Amino acid sequence: MNMPLSHLPLDPPRFVTAPPVLRAQGLNKRYGSVVALSDVSLSAQPGEVLGVVGESGSGKSSLLRLLNLEETADSGHYTLAVDGYRDTNLLTLERFDQRALRVRHIGIVYQNPHVGLRMRHTSSGNVAERLLISGERAFHALRRRARDALEASEFPLARMDALPLTLSGGMQQRVQLAKAIALEPSLLLLDEPTTGLDVSVQALVLDTLKRLQRELAMTMVIVSHDLGVIRTLADRVLVMRGGRVVEDGLADQVLSDPQHPYTQQLVHAKL
Amino acid sequence: MTLDLLRSGHASTPAEDARPDGGKREPLLAIDGLGKHFEMHHLRRRLIAFDDVSFDLFAGEFVILQGPNGAGKSTLLRTLYRTYRAQTGRAVYRSGLGPIDLVRAADVDIAWLRRKEIGFVTQFLQARPRVSAEEFVAEPVLETSASHAAALDHARQALAAFGLKEELWPAYPASFSGGEQQKVNLARALIRPHRLLLLDEPTASLDRGARRALVARLQELKQAGVAMIGVFHVPEETRHLVDRALLLDAPAEISDEAGESGHVAG
Repeated sequence: MNMPLSHLPLDPPRFVTAPPVLRAQGLNKRYGSVVALSDVSLSAQPGEVLGVVGESGSGKSSLLRLLNLEETADSGHYTLAVDGYRDTNLLTLERFDQRALRVRHIGIVYQNPHVGLRMRHTSSGNVAERLLISGERAFHALRRRARDALEASEFPLARMDALPLTLSGGMQQRVQLAKAIALEPSLLLLDEPTTGLDVSVQALVLDTLKRLQRELAMTMVIVSHDLGVIRTLADRVLVMRGGRVVEDGLADQVLSDPQHPYTQQLVHAKL
Repeated sequence: MTLDLLRSGHASTPAEDARPDGGKREPLLAIDGLGKHFEMHHLRRRLIAFDDVSFDLFAGEFVILQGPNGAGKSTLLRTLYRTYRAQTGRAVYRSGLGPIDLVRAADVDIAWLRRKEIGFVTQFLQARPRVSAEEFVAEPVLETSASHAAALDHARQALAAFGLKEELWPAYPASFSGGEQQKVNLARALIRPHRLLLLDEPTASLDRGARRALVARLQELKQAGVAMIGVFHVPEETRHLVDRALLLDAPAEISDEAGESGHVAG
């Protein structure tokens, strides 16, 4: 007996019809003969947390780099509902404009703090740099705003002038987070933000993220292979494999009643 | 209390006669031919949880689901909450924004309904590390743009009602006993009125005092017009709240690809 994917297709949204903050359609990206992303589409409502799961090589990190405008797509459409760019396909912007938009409206936390931070500048300096780029020049304002962002990320302020190099992994992630949220971006991207941290530290970072999400109502896209992280943080989940989205749905649904054979494998392997 | 047998075609709704306004109202939830199975791809097996379930639920009505283990009672609740995806049927829910089929509604609409109108109460506390009991209970209130102080105040009242000792309010629930955790869980789950409440064994591991508080709160919600579907192991305590009991029988053996069929525990 043939058993196709058996759930019923969903209707378009009827209650939540506000335009999404993030909308990406038909993203394609190849590296030579390797397909990194194939016809990937996603959208996120204001304050929504979108999880992206999949194994290494599934395309989830490529997707994040693309959303951060670090890389360009071969084709596709990507918009953020922010002033001045509302109807612009961000993928077609000039590099200079992409950078300006990224600094002002997108924050990112990388798995590896060495990518996101200058290890030999002070922690507060790392955060202030982002404020500087955005045009803040007054020293005291810079210092105060950096301090506020570090505090919001629950970084111990006594150490705000310590070099990230001398900090623990969990603290480095908090500095990255402070830098990412300093300008209250419309979109916060998180690439395996707790991978490599001790379990107890992981829980603390997750809790900080959860609180920030509630207080700042920031839209987040979080990439992780850790389904526990996704279960804790995400409202909805995309499951990626071989550069494609094979399944998407409410986080609890995808993790408790996965429909696609690959997702079932993934969920059963982890739980 | 009447007992309906489900899955014998469409269950009649005797509660309709009992309603004071003569049954002209639209049901809050109209379930029609709902069916759920699990496709276990690696086993090449299909597990039938329940099929062809139909009943109506009205505002202020309390229905409990009964039936043997494996009849799919909890699975039915989770299917209505959309933690599980149904394969057949409809569950048309009359939201404040209009009717919507919970089986087919977009994920973002379901997320909205969960925040605003449809609650799910389980027997398990899903606490997070380093979040105190009172903060955890206050969270749903904070989403209503209440001030932090007001939300905390509200949370403390709820915890007091369920009989959680005051010295535990600022403590982390992860270290609590099962019964204490359940009090926190219920206080949070029931702190805001929903229009539809799904209750999955909420009385498990509760002491008498907390059970009384639960029944009192459910009574209050019912009078406020909240419709409830519950799965209870100990229905005695809630007997006076219950309008109808629906009997969910174990599903008939249906399709499987390789050998014996199984049922998902309810």
